[in-house]
Amino acid sequence: MLNFLARRLVQIVPTLFFVSVLIFSLQQLLPGDPALVMAGEERDPAVIEQIRRQYRLDQPVPVQYAYWIKGVLSGDFGESLRNKMPVRELIAQKLPVTLQLGSMAILIALLIGIPAGIVAAVKKGSAWDYGANLFALWGISTPNFWLGIMLIFLFSIELGWLPASGYVPLTENWRASLAVTIMPAFVLGNAIAAILMRHTRSAMLQVLESDYVRTARAKGLLERTVILKHAMRNALTPVITLGALELGTLLSGAVLTEQIFSIPGFGKLIVDAVFNRDYAVVQGVVLVTATVYITLNLVADIAYILVNPRLRG
Amino acid sequence: MKMFRLAATAAAVLVSIGAAQAQTTLRIGLAEDPDILDPTMARTYVGRIVFSSFCDKLFDIDEKLNIVPQLALSSETADDGKALVIKLRPGVKFHDGEPFDAEAAKFSLERHLTFPGSFRKPELASVDHVEIVDPLTVKLVLKSPFSPLLAQLTDRAGMMMSPKAAKEAGDKFGLRPVCAGPYKFVERVQQDRIVFEKFADYWNKDNVFIDKIVFQPIVDATVRLANLKSGGLDLIERVLATDLKEVRADSRLKVATAIELGYQGITLNIGKDKAKGPLSQSAKVRQALDLAIDREAINQVVFNGEFQVGNQWVNPNHPYYQKSLPIRPRNVEKAKALLKEAGVTPPVSVDFLVPKGAETETPAQVIQSMAAEAGFDMKIRLTEFATGLKQAETGDYQAYMLAWSGRVDPDGNTFVFLHNGAPQNYGGWNNPQADKALEEARLVTDPAKRKASYEVLAKLVQEEEPLLYLYHRRIIIAHTTKLEGYRQMPDGLVRVVGLKLK
Repeated sequence: MLNFLARRLVQIVPTLFFVSVLIFSLQQLLPGDPALVMAGEERDPAVIEQIRRQYRLDQPVPVQYAYWIKGVLSGDFGESLRNKMPVRELIAQKLPVTLQLGSMAILIALLIGIPAGIVAAVKKGSAWDYGANLFALWGISTPNFWLGIMLIFLFSIELGWLPASGYVPLTENWRASLAVTIMPAFVLGNAIAAILMRHTRSAMLQVLESDYVRTARAKGLLERTVILKHAMRNALTPVITLGALELGTLLSGAVLTEQIFSIPGFGKLIVDAVFNRDYAVVQGVVLVTATVYITLNLVADIAYILVNPRLRG
Repeated sequence: MKMFRLAATAAAVLVSIGAAQAQTTLRIGLAEDPDILDPTMARTYVGRIVFSSFCDKLFDIDEKLNIVPQLALSSETADDGKALVIKLRPGVKFHDGEPFDAEAAKFSLERHLTFPGSFRKPELASVDHVEIVDPLTVKLVLKSPFSPLLAQLTDRAGMMMSPKAAKEAGDKFGLRPVCAGPYKFVERVQQDRIVFEKFADYWNKDNVFIDKIVFQPIVDATVRLANLKSGGLDLIERVLATDLKEVRADSRLKVATAIELGYQGITLNIGKDKAKGPLSQSAKVRQALDLAIDREAINQVVFNGEFQVGNQWVNPNHPYYQKSLPIRPRNVEKAKALLKEAGVTPPVSVDFLVPKGAETETPAQVIQSMAAEAGFDMKIRLTEFATGLKQAETGDYQAYMLAWSGRVDPDGNTFVFLHNGAPQNYGGWNNPQADKALEEARLVTDPAKRKASYEVLAKLVQEEEPLLYLYHRRIIIAHTTKLEGYRQMPDGLVRVVGLKLK
């Protein structure tokens, strides 16, 4: 186990290095000029020249990279071209928001997806199964932005129960925080629940037909025990990985939902930064996202081992 | 159930009484997250909206675009036009308690002029240096007469900053700005909110009635409106013209509008077109394109008739609009004849660069179908804004759909776009007569004489067609009926002095 962990941790370093080079070089391929975008409506050539010098945009790309990576290694991610905020501070502001939203979404997805998947598998061919499938189809095919706006119309404008958008930190007022994040978390969780449900269902079906389940049943165990204790544990291993990966995707992939509910998270930060050609922010955020993603992957692998003793070598 | 309702109503009443006695907060929904809140470095329209709550200027404008004093008391231009003497308002304090005087005014203007990366430098380029006449009078000595200068001082170039705070913060001043406006900065969370509170020592504090202001960027127009309707916001900017009907129908909402100072137009590439298409080679072809467009139809079809059509850099109600050059009505036959005269065979293919966005894409499509009838094949190329900008700079287009937010002085709507070699003359138009008219309009202060110069320019533009001016958008602000006293100015800014929240 320790051996495995150490091996995985060592692998992270070159991966991150590769990611950093990739982000840096790819964004240079973006058409458009950061200094020009930054200048907005005030496009005086002398001022634009000054910006290029100030942010070393006039230097060759490898030199720019060297400056950046040197800063990153000492914990300095540079500052935003657009508003002069240190990128580290921006990340510290946004990461908790995204993590909260992502965790809530995954929680909702697990609470809906796994039970629905199990029920659908156990009652295969019944009305339950069709109902769950219908729900999954709906969840996967409903666009986030549509569902989001519909929820706002219903719960904020018609009923007036929940605030339409915005964000309140958990630490400031947990009730208000949950009230503003529940709709976006549901929108995100709903789609993932559908995916989880489909996977749980097929994994369960496979397991339920395996020999050891038949044996368990032959032993005369209660059906509940067979399903919850024997079958589910095995069926859930692939679902765990899937859940962790989906959480990783939520880090920067919740853009549309964040946009609609005006949640100041990672997704919105990175999209705005790309459109503004705010390179330092893009680099910092992508690097952090990659790190978190890799970490989640690692956690998923560990969880995998914990639920599946055969992998503990 | 009845009991529960009763209790709920009682609770609601109690809460609302509590709120009435507590602080009043004005929550404003913005269409974008502003850039840095440093008057010297700022460059976005949305940023200007926020500045007007906390950063007073030497001068301001009124509804009729007259320049009125704000932190200044009066001004006087020297007879030769080469100096501007400004008397300052006494007893004004910055948010940090520092006094506003000639020293501070000189410091602020010099910071705008010399700070590395200052975007105000070009706006104040005519200023040679600033002198202190007495503790409440400054004199701006100019390199040459520059009549738009006073108008520049009604915007960010006229914003005054606390010298002490600005010196300490350097280029980080925008993270905690200290000015002399009605509200002072409390905190900002990027892309989430910017919070201000009432400044107790404001020079005009008797007209400030609301305790706190919170700006929230909400990009999606539908969601912004939803927040206003659900009571999450009190005022929103940039309501879509197509949503106006709905807003007007809602008895809890009010609309305030004004026609913008800017315009929406199509820049035609004359001097930089590498392909040397017919549009760049012949004014007749450009005129034909102009005649193919029915401006009012675009307004009706796309904007429910809420915008104002136009053909010049200022809207038809502006004092500088040239009434002698009205909009030419659509005339497809004449357009075809012009193409024939120019010796080109239709269809004339045009590379039409259009920035992505609902307010540009749909009108572009309408223009495309109108132009097709006259013999143009407008190939719309939808491009993300930053990419399009770069292509416009390098001349990689034949027609470019571009909006300008507008400035108080007509110089700000013309010079940088039409003067040869100016930074935003994307079409590379080069006409010495036009350059002369633009320069003359800067030198004289008499409005009648300036208008005459601009008439020369307008005529040239109508003949040569470097830029097809199409329409002027309506600035649409919606707010709840709880907010009283709101009036919309044509610059689009949200002025908070005098507002009351019931």
